[in-house]
Amino acid sequence: MNHDSYQDAYISGILHSVKTIAMIGASPKDVRPSFIAMKYLLAKGYGVTPINPGHAGKEILGQTVYGQLCDVPHHLDMIDVFRGSNALPGIVDEILTLKDRPSVLWAQLTVRNDEAAEKAEAAGMKVVMNRCPKIEYGRLSGEIGWNGINSRVISARKPVRQAGYQALGIRIRPQ
Amino acid sequence: MSNSEPGFSTLAIHAGAQPDPTTGARATPIYQTTSFVFEDADHAASLFGLKAFGNIYTRIMNPTQAVLEERIAALEGGTAALAAASGHAAQLLVFHAIMRPGDNFISANKLYGGSINQFGHAFKSFDWQVRWCDPEEVGGIEELIDDRTRAIFIESPANPGGTFIDIKAIADIAHKHGIPLIVDNTMASPYLVRPIEHGADLVVHSMTKFIGGHGNSMGGMIVDGGTFDWSASGNYPMLSEPRPEYGGLVLHETFGNFAFAIACRVLGLRDLGPAISPMNAFLLLTGVETLPLRMQRHCDNALEVATWLKNHDKVDWVSYSGLEDDENHAMMKTYSPNGAGAVFTFGLTGGYEAGIKFVEALEIFSHLANIGDTKSLVIHPASTTHRQLSPEQQESAGAGPDVVRLSIGIEDVADIIGDLKQALDRV
Repeated sequence: MNHDSYQDAYISGILHSVKTIAMIGASPKDVRPSFIAMKYLLAKGYGVTPINPGHAGKEILGQTVYGQLCDVPHHLDMIDVFRGSNALPGIVDEILTLKDRPSVLWAQLTVRNDEAAEKAEAAGMKVVMNRCPKIEYGRLSGEIGWNGINSRVISARKPVRQAGYQALGIRIRPQ
Repeated sequence: MSNSEPGFSTLAIHAGAQPDPTTGARATPIYQTTSFVFEDADHAASLFGLKAFGNIYTRIMNPTQAVLEERIAALEGGTAALAAASGHAAQLLVFHAIMRPGDNFISANKLYGGSINQFGHAFKSFDWQVRWCDPEEVGGIEELIDDRTRAIFIESPANPGGTFIDIKAIADIAHKHGIPLIVDNTMASPYLVRPIEHGADLVVHSMTKFIGGHGNSMGGMIVDGGTFDWSASGNYPMLSEPRPEYGGLVLHETFGNFAFAIACRVLGLRDLGPAISPMNAFLLLTGVETLPLRMQRHCDNALEVATWLKNHDKVDWVSYSGLEDDENHAMMKTYSPNGAGAVFTFGLTGGYEAGIKFVEALEIFSHLANIGDTKSLVIHPASTTHRQLSPEQQESAGAGPDVVRLSIGIEDVADIIGDLKQALDRV
């Protein structure tokens, strides 16, 4: 598929179906984008497993860090990549060696490699590139509008309330 | 909503708004509160550390204000927006994010008189230096740029004469030198011109004018086009360097193509404080829903009035780019095909004295220092909005001694012309 843009329903489908996420390149520093995204995704109820060889065995946000994907002892629905575009082909090859294969490959803002994406898609995976799951969740729930950011979503439907103050769920129907 | 892009009028009514999740209220509520309760200490820490979306304190953000911000961002085709107490406050926040002492920026000299004062006088206290250019002489702009130049600023159409400027040509010059183009779009509103589509990187508004449209509320807006690379040159450290206020967070890296709007909020608005009130945000939001209808009526009325004035024997000249023989007409057609706006100037054959008499003889027109009201407005710029400028500055800004400026309202055009006629009869 073309990765210049995505329909909201496609992104919504992924964020609705995924429960467990491995974050490659997760940082223990609390001002790094990966840490910020991980904290947000945990707050939204996703299981997030940090992957970072330099910190294997330690914890980030209370989650055990693994050195590589094949070390993770539980099922992963999605791989979220905080690495450069040139790292993507190697990561796809690594994913394809997993017996219990994830269904979604997600590459962060500025990360895109169409050949790697094609390979993952040929193996049946859904792919999103050059996007951030925190921003997409914020956009499709409407939360991002609280900070003046254009969600590009028009809807007169009821917002989805979550537990606690200032917490909304995704209101866009999945594909 | 289907995946086809919504039209302008749909965005003007819906963008940013949703039914209130608690009560089902369909109009956007006025969140007249200073502060917002945290769920727990961790939630508070996330909000303060910019790790979660949400509200903390109305000096920094407010849910009524947020709907207005998202609405204007959508109408301008931007990635994000930030509202402020006034257009002047918005400009202060923009330059605070991009300038350091000793830096300079290039500004058009055809500009709202208040902006000429802010740039030429108030900004000097911060050692932000303005370099004036004639925006209609695009070739002369480039030679003003040096290694401390951080932006180019223009109005289009420019106040008070309503002259349309070649946004694309100036954007190309800015980008060639790695600096952003900022466009004040107050006079056109996004209904007529969307500067980001023509290469502008940032748009500012005084929403006090056409966006609010009813002359009842002050407000300013900054729209982030999401187009400029704030990290490429190293000249915009507020965005590209770790910020000590946020533990070393790098705003551009973290927030990508809406980082400028975030910088203006979390570094500018938070620390300088010119917040818009929730009540004003609500009134402006109500106004913007009818922006497409009002703006078209403003344009239609103004064209009819300008045509009538041009044929009056006591009128020396009319400068309205909507007139086919106006020297700015081709530029207006390129940038603003729906109309030439509501504001234009003309001169009376009787000069300065006749202008004063004329202004005082009007009955329906209000003599005041604003534009973009539903009501027709008149002013003599040389003695009011542009009074503090030198005679040379007045001339170059299109505000010479004989100039009368009109902001044509959305009354019945026959009544507008009737009032002009009776006043001209008494000159």
